[in-house]
Amino acid sequence: MDDLASLIAGFQVALSWHNIGFMAVGVILGIIVGVLPGLGGPNGVAILLPLTFGMDPTSAIILLSSIYWGALFGGAITSILFNIPGEAWSVATTFDGYPMAVQGKAAEALTAAFTASFIGALSGVVLITFVAPLVAQFALRFGPAEFFAVFLLTFCSFIGMGRENRAKIIASLCIGFLLAAVGLDSISGDLRMTFGSTELMRGFDFLIVVIGLFGVSEILLTVEEGLVFKGKQAKIDLMVVLRTWAGLPRYWATLLRSAIVGMWMGVTPGGAIAASFMGYGLAKRFSKRGKNFGKGEIEGVLAPETAAHAAGTSALLPMLALGIPGSATAAVLLGGLLVWGLQPGPMLFVEQKDFVWGLIASMYLGNLAGLVIVLATVPLFAAIMRIPFSFVAPVILIVCAIGAYTISNSIFDIWLMLIFGVVGYVFKKLDYPLAPLILALVLGDRAEDAFRQALLGSGGSLGIFWANGLVATLVVLALLLLCWGPAGDAIAALRGRSRQDPETAEATR
Amino acid sequence: MSNTGEAETPEPGISRRPVEIATALLLIGLAGVVLYDSHGRGAGWDGGPQNGFFPARVGWIFLAASLFILWQSFRRPDGIFVTYEQLRQVVRVLGPLVLFVALIQPLGLYVASAIFIVAFMAVVGTSRWWSIGLTALIVPVVCFWIFELQFRVPLPKGPLEAMLGY
Repeated sequence: MDDLASLIAGFQVALSWHNIGFMAVGVILGIIVGVLPGLGGPNGVAILLPLTFGMDPTSAIILLSSIYWGALFGGAITSILFNIPGEAWSVATTFDGYPMAVQGKAAEALTAAFTASFIGALSGVVLITFVAPLVAQFALRFGPAEFFAVFLLTFCSFIGMGRENRAKIIASLCIGFLLAAVGLDSISGDLRMTFGSTELMRGFDFLIVVIGLFGVSEILLTVEEGLVFKGKQAKIDLMVVLRTWAGLPRYWATLLRSAIVGMWMGVTPGGAIAASFMGYGLAKRFSKRGKNFGKGEIEGVLAPETAAHAAGTSALLPMLALGIPGSATAAVLLGGLLVWGLQPGPMLFVEQKDFVWGLIASMYLGNLAGLVIVLATVPLFAAIMRIPFSFVAPVILIVCAIGAYTISNSIFDIWLMLIFGVVGYVFKKLDYPLAPLILALVLGDRAEDAFRQALLGSGGSLGIFWANGLVATLVVLALLLLCWGPAGDAIAALRGRSRQDPETAEATR
Repeated sequence: MSNTGEAETPEPGISRRPVEIATALLLIGLAGVVLYDSHGRGAGWDGGPQNGFFPARVGWIFLAASLFILWQSFRRPDGIFVTYEQLRQVVRVLGPLVLFVALIQPLGLYVASAIFIVAFMAVVGTSRWWSIGLTALIVPVVCFWIFELQFRVPLPKGPLEAMLGY
């Protein structure tokens, strides 16, 4: 049990006062980020990333991953109290959470949501603890061809499992790849697609794109609906918490099912959003009280929250073990690792043991801290939503601009952020998914390098991707995942209820 | 989301199809630029994959996907992309934001933020003048304290900061 010893050593790293402080700050910032419209997990992390460049990598990643946990918790607050999903993955939480708040059971709903989040996240962390080292060890055998096959698997599962229009997912992925290709080519040293512009020589930094696509565009979408939020009050006291907890064991089957769905969807990059809908859908189908879903059923809060958080947490597994993030926020964290000079992937588990296990230990502690903090401070964060938006919006936008500028001290980047903000606004309105774009942008260079190295090795023959059992399995799996969605659609169409489920889900948004 | 426009009472607005088509055409144009650039630099094999090799292949897939989106956009039932009322709200935010970014170069970020806050809150018009003034003063000062003094991150500064000796 070498890993257990490493984990305990990791706890010692994470349990220093210094790091616990960062954890608490991170969680609180994360909740704020999750509650405020226009600031989400990905761009909250992106804005703060430049400030951590000077820090010790372990502390920095603890701070940033705690923001991630906080954002996961924070999304539930606005969903339940305001019927406004702070994050896309908490959309499903509004279905039953808000009706509960209307019935005056907001405290129960919040307690249930936070506890479910915690359970989901914990199952994700346990998965990481035990599976990530194995995956990493296995991946040590990978050559460029295998790595490219894993990248292919990631992108194909995005296309196959995505809920959006598939052509738009593909277009989104391609845009990401092409943005990544702009600028200096790392292999040949040539400039690509700069068209003589010196500003484009640096290429597109994914942090700028994230801040624009997720931050600025979110503000623009939010103001469409007017500038005032109306919400329900909530005060959580210990009795309510205990009473809700006492009722939870009854729903063990729902919790377990959602946790498994979430872990699966998180590792394969289906993402937390799809997982939360799946968790909700499955609970509705299997629950005895399925008919009451949508009218304020506590199970309808537990199911999507558990799944979303299990997915959000498990998304870090492929990021750590393979260097392939399972979600947009994980992609930003991965970008951070690269900035600190840590190459994510199998070698990380060998060369940076302290870092990896410190991070994993901090996941346990961060989620625990998150649960306690969020339960204690809900009224405070609900109050944030009552600050007039005409005050909050400019502050968020100024912070976004500062974040964009600090990445490489360039005012041009602020303009880029603005442009991507408008692009993101249009894309969101037209249902182009943004997460694949970010993922492809972060992974683009490495996927391309792997592809070119593999082809160099084989002298240009595509046969390298069939050369051995491992790579062939991965490629076949990728193609299967790619066809999964279209095949499922075709079967559903034959049964004559084509695309009914996605549309009802859309209509309730 | 596509059917929210039809479900509600029809409000006047920009319909979805032209935006969908324009976006698809833009993407097709982008794919064209990528293909032109990549094939121009060489997307073939020259003792190894040339530097346009990978982008060119992505470019072709991109072109195919965008053409498909264009074709789809004609087949989908039309809806409302954005109502004029919503668009008005968006412009009220976007206008001051563009002004803000444009002012960062000449005036520095802090002064630009103050002007941005005043412009934004005045345009939105729900706040009293004294709260606007106070916000416009406090937010840049707090930003200055956090970034300049605490984190020592240099942000763009203009004549005012120079006058104060920073």
